[in-house]
Amino acid sequence: MFSLNRMKERIIRCIIKEKDDESVLKLENISWDTPAGTEVLKNLDLEIPEGKLIVITGPNGGGKTTLAKIIAGIYTQKSGRILLNGEDISALDITQRAAKGISFAFQQPVRFKGITVRKLIELASGSTMKEHELCDILSKVGLCAREYINREVDSTLSGGEIKRIEIASVLARHTDISLFDEPEAGIDLWSFSNLINVFQDMRKDLKGTLVIISHQERILEIADEIIVVADGSIKARGTADEMMKILMNSNGISGVCSKQEELLK
Amino acid sequence: MKKITEDLLREISEWNGEFKGAYNIREDGACVGRISSKNIKIESKKDKPGLEIYVAPGTVGETVSIPACVTHGDVDDLVYNDFFIGENADVIVVAGCGIHTETGEPARHNGIHRFFLAKNSKVKYLEKHIGTGHGTGLRSIDPVTEAELEEGSILEMDTAQIGGVDRTLRSTKAKVGKGARLLIRERILTEKEQTAQTEFEVELNGKDSGVDLISRSVARDNSRQGYHSVIIGNAPCTGHSECDAIISENGKVDAAPELHAHDNDAALIHEAAIGKIAGEQILKLRTLGLTEEEAEATIIDGFLS
Repeated sequence: MFSLNRMKERIIRCIIKEKDDESVLKLENISWDTPAGTEVLKNLDLEIPEGKLIVITGPNGGGKTTLAKIIAGIYTQKSGRILLNGEDISALDITQRAAKGISFAFQQPVRFKGITVRKLIELASGSTMKEHELCDILSKVGLCAREYINREVDSTLSGGEIKRIEIASVLARHTDISLFDEPEAGIDLWSFSNLINVFQDMRKDLKGTLVIISHQERILEIADEIIVVADGSIKARGTADEMMKILMNSNGISGVCSKQEELLK
Repeated sequence: MKKITEDLLREISEWNGEFKGAYNIREDGACVGRISSKNIKIESKKDKPGLEIYVAPGTVGETVSIPACVTHGDVDDLVYNDFFIGENADVIVVAGCGIHTETGEPARHNGIHRFFLAKNSKVKYLEKHIGTGHGTGLRSIDPVTEAELEEGSILEMDTAQIGGVDRTLRSTKAKVGKGARLLIRERILTEKEQTAQTEFEVELNGKDSGVDLISRSVARDNSRQGYHSVIIGNAPCTGHSECDAIISENGKVDAAPELHAHDNDAALIHEAAIGKIAGEQILKLRTLGLTEEEAEATIIDGFLS
């Protein structure tokens, strides 16, 4: 009896371990061309482990945003497969992938006349919400619910405000994978500093897998893993410590972009 | 009162079996209920169909409702309602119109409303129009609003016509006095073969007078809408008009804003934008799990809210 229980425990541990080792997202041999025929992603393979904060960096035009949009279904791959938790989602559209557990925060958040912050967050969460629930979500991005829930997601919001609401709309979904496309882009220095705190707090209380496309050193520093995408494929990946040493040696982060291709050849 | 009238009243006003405050219910051209209050008197016009509504000076926080319903085809209802708002009064006027026909015969309501706002008075005017029923008879609502705003008064007009009305010609004219302000918010949705034309003419006659006119419209299917606004600044004043329209399927929108600055210190602005729903708006909502159809409906609902 005793040995049988031990055996069961071992089996369960094995199953858990196997699940731990599994990647939440797997891209196999993904290629994508622009409508004009320029090759952007070239036979790209990528595995994203579960429950980690991954930062994807690399030069502009290297394929980072395209990669994230392929994952979310906004672009359709020319070839290759995408697996989410082992399930082939290659043929699913944006809505179906969203339902399966993928969220995407746009680099340039979209504005809507007449749709309030409350409505947008409720649409994201899939149900109506009480004020304290909205407060829980919005406080994570440093906004006071009372001041914002009745405001429209329109041009009256500043760049920093709409960026935070975009992030909140992703957080409200509680999905397996959340993709953030350059959250630092287009916001002022003061808002940026607060935004870093938002991601640092999210790092402490991590649920699901976060994939952030970023050039910013302070975001790279909080990654479990950094992946460098350049010229349409993965050029390098490693822990933040390992990768930061390599990247910092090439004249700081801003230098990464221009020098990285040479460095990583 | 007919069952159809009750259904229409629920849609166009805050009626839930009764009204708060003074009211007059018009059904197929006849009065089917009227109550005046201590401060708001409703009287029948002597010379033509319609009402004279007198709000006593200093009346604050009261509501007067004068909904009109047409419940069947072959009705052409014309009514003249005049509102006299006393000095320093601050009231809400609810004047919706519901029109229903189940036959092939047309049904029309033409309400001509005149507002006279005395010094420092304030009116919030809510006007909601709907058309219901399955008949092929044309449902037409042709409202005319004329307003004279004396010194320091404020008229806030909130008007909505969200589907079901086949033909509409809306005309709104106002003369705005010293320090007075006119705020108009209009929302129109047309679909199928419907047409809607909306005309505004605002004269800013007093020093520091102002108008803020915001029109949002959605034209779907084969429907067509026209927007024409004229703002005339005859004094140091501020005028702003904004016409935003979404077109889908074969919907058409014609927008013609006019600004006339007839005083050196008149500051007038117009903004207009017409186009399809932005593709990125649909994308964003789809990444939240909505289908394309749900995303479109959500964007239009919000736009017209």
